[in-house]
Amino acid sequence: MSDQMAKPAVSTRGASVPRESLTWRIIFGRQEIGLLAVFLLWCAFLSLATDTFLTSTNVFNMLRAFSWIAIAAFGECLVILTAGIDLSVGSNMALSGLASALLLTAGMPVPVAVVGGLLTGSMVGVVNGALVTRFRLPPFIATLGTLSIARGITFGATQGWPVRGLPKAFNFIGQHDVPVGSWGVPFPVIVMLILAVLVSLFLSRTVRGRHIYAVGGDEEASRLSGINPRWIKMLVYTSCGLLAAVGGILMTARLGVAAPTAATSYELDIIAACVIGGVSLFGGEGTILGVLIGAAFMQTIRTGLNLLGIQAYWQPAAIGAVIIIAVMFDQWRKGGGWGDLKIFSR
Amino acid sequence: MEEAAPIIEMRNIKKHFGAVQALRGVDLVLHHNEVLGLVGDNAAGKSTLMKVLSGAYIPDDGEILIDGEQVHVNKPEDSRRLGIEMVYQDFALTNNLDVAANVFLGREAVRWRVGPIRFMDRRHMEVRAREVIDELGIDIDSVRLKVQNLSGGQRQAVAIGRATAFNAKVIIMDEPTAALSVAAIQEVLDLVKELKAQGCSIIMISHRLEDIFQVGDRVIVLRHGRKVADYPIAGDIHEFREQIVACMIGARDDFAEPVVG
Repeated sequence: MSDQMAKPAVSTRGASVPRESLTWRIIFGRQEIGLLAVFLLWCAFLSLATDTFLTSTNVFNMLRAFSWIAIAAFGECLVILTAGIDLSVGSNMALSGLASALLLTAGMPVPVAVVGGLLTGSMVGVVNGALVTRFRLPPFIATLGTLSIARGITFGATQGWPVRGLPKAFNFIGQHDVPVGSWGVPFPVIVMLILAVLVSLFLSRTVRGRHIYAVGGDEEASRLSGINPRWIKMLVYTSCGLLAAVGGILMTARLGVAAPTAATSYELDIIAACVIGGVSLFGGEGTILGVLIGAAFMQTIRTGLNLLGIQAYWQPAAIGAVIIIAVMFDQWRKGGGWGDLKIFSR
Repeated sequence: MEEAAPIIEMRNIKKHFGAVQALRGVDLVLHHNEVLGLVGDNAAGKSTLMKVLSGAYIPDDGEILIDGEQVHVNKPEDSRRLGIEMVYQDFALTNNLDVAANVFLGREAVRWRVGPIRFMDRRHMEVRAREVIDELGIDIDSVRLKVQNLSGGQRQAVAIGRATAFNAKVIIMDEPTAALSVAAIQEVLDLVKELKAQGCSIIMISHRLEDIFQVGDRVIVLRHGRKVADYPIAGDIHEFREQIVACMIGARDDFAEPVVG
């Protein structure tokens, strides 16, 4: 890949990009903006309809509750941007958290256990990437396989029993509230916000980030432009595994127990957060800001329905309806058809 | 005045795919500031020959000289470094990215780097992309427009702009007018003339003989992996067309080996 700086013969200092009359297109062309408006309206409604929604306790509880979903969804977003999908994220969260827990119960210090968990998650990502790039499996099939394998390992390694008795120093990661002014902000929320900024900067400002969008937009054109699509795919699946591990470790520390059944079917929530947030399953479109709003939206629906006194049994139906509406809005905005989804093919 | 070495010289290029001999020893010369038409029936070897030059294929035999110096082109980056740019038939643009991003795709300007992470100089790329578009006289409102919102002619122009943004000496165009409307075809042909005026040398593959006649200086005809004709473009278009078609279908062969015995 060429590293050359493409500086022109003449200096462009002082030259300016002509005024772009695209402000309106940019505002209405972005799903995040519409989504944010709907999200804020929903929050305003809940604030008026209930006494408890807009309290710092509730807000931080909600933030913490979706923080590890959101962190894993950042990784999922990277994969979906390349027109792939990773179904193994939920299982990977459980496996990575369990790996940390097992290292801890074996007497390893907390930093070693955390690094062990992160490496476990990354390895699952590397396997996914290799299956997709080297063995040319459709991402849907490859990660459906690793979903099952990772879950199977958690059951096999624990014989189905949860791992308890994790040291306080570890649980601190998930349970500690960091004082910010008069608030106590849960540590996982701070991790989520930092990662949101980092991944967002990576996607929008770096060469590799742009190549991720390029590969999702047109793999062959990217290849002819000197981008190595295999390399980019290895990068996104590995990053997705690493971020799933971050989420899994935070979740395990919060719960204080690593259960083999943890995070079951989280992949659906994680993918839903991306889709609601405007990440296109066709690849090449979506932002971390959108994913963050998507994850927050799902959480406020759950909490909001609770606070409104609607039985928890109805929550999945409400989430499902929101996913469908979000994708329909996305289609309407683009005015396009369904085309062909690459996640089912190579 | 002495004759300068040709900017590109390909000698005895051979390439086979399995049992198929796609190129059977082709010679090609491109002079400085020349527009060379490359024609031939389907499977004559035009695209294969150009992919050898652009580094997409590695030839079995033969050599490539640039300005009289032998070079080795093993991958697309090599030819780009030597100042050879290829404009692909299907444009090879990513529709979800904007014009500036496409012009610089794979060659992003870097502002600073943190270890392996390279941060782009987005402002520089937008300003430079605007300059490229303006130099070519292409009508595109904003370099922040996504390619999917552009017309076919505009897309072809962006693809050509990408080739010229890095001071290319030689531009290879594979069927630049095949997918375009009549109005857009003339725009692209005007672009080719503009590029020549700016000092580029161009190889243009086309099925449309009238396009080659309009902008070309010389034409080479390939048939079954061999060069069968090579002459300057002059005179009457009907005569030109007759000659070319005769070569393409095999009724005429300027380079046939004499039959012995």
